[in-house]
Amino acid sequence: MKLHLTRRYRFAASHRLHSPRLSEAENWRVYGKCNNPHGHGHNYVVEVAVTGPVDPATGMVANLADLDSYVERQVIEAFDHRNLNEEVPAFREQVPTTENLCIEIFRRLRGFPHARLARVRLEETGLNSFEYFGEDGPQP
Amino acid sequence: MVYLTRKIEFSASHFYHNPAFTPEENRRVFGKCNNPHGHGHNYVLEVTVAGEPDPATGMVLDLKELKEILQREVTDRVDHRHLNHEVPELAGKIPTSENIAMTIWGWLATRITKGHLHRVRLYETPDLFVDCYGGAK
Repeated sequence: MKLHLTRRYRFAASHRLHSPRLSEAENWRVYGKCNNPHGHGHNYVVEVAVTGPVDPATGMVANLADLDSYVERQVIEAFDHRNLNEEVPAFREQVPTTENLCIEIFRRLRGFPHARLARVRLEETGLNSFEYFGEDGPQP
Repeated sequence: MVYLTRKIEFSASHFYHNPAFTPEENRRVFGKCNNPHGHGHNYVLEVTVAGEPDPATGMVLDLKELKEILQREVTDRVDHRHLNHEVPELAGKIPTSENIAMTIWGWLATRITKGHLHRVRLYETPDLFVDCYGGAK
């Protein structure tokens, strides 16, 4: 049977949306208050879904302790209580929108050795969220 | 195609233990879930049925009917039960959310005859859930 195991994690981080490809006026028009040069922050919630066969010996797709420690190391330690623009190398060049952050989290987790990463869903607030399934989109 | 989802809750106890493992292995693999006295969860189950609305009723299937199926096939079997000892379909298996979700899929798939069962989502806690889409075993 096809199974996805999903775990929710939280981190808090600050960012500023500003593109060096746009003028000051365009940045204000596109990003509005998110362009505030002092930055602002969010309590992000990230859902990590992995898939694979259930090991008959453990009844598990993946051991949660392994998943938790991998996400902690790859994502939470790097992002929690950080400034994304200043402290995450990927966002020196890219605007840290939630779209780009979702893709960056997927990229950091795709090497999970115990099951296949199927989906990353990232909530910036309780009212908006983004999902990424990798370059090839959702797999059947 | 329309996807209809109904949510129910049940509370149950369980523990994780594989008799083929040594006591040390059981503790290492399953951690505190290996406590032989068991522990419990308030499970939340979301059942999604896919289908076309019947032109006569505007419904994929009658929610009352789905509610009765969920009561009979799921709640009556697992609510306020010990999953290791009281659910024959889980005998010999570790009652993880993965195995519980697959068992629930097996209970429901043939009972839902209007539309078809699309997904079983089982929350063990608000931060941990399993999605089962059926398919070959």
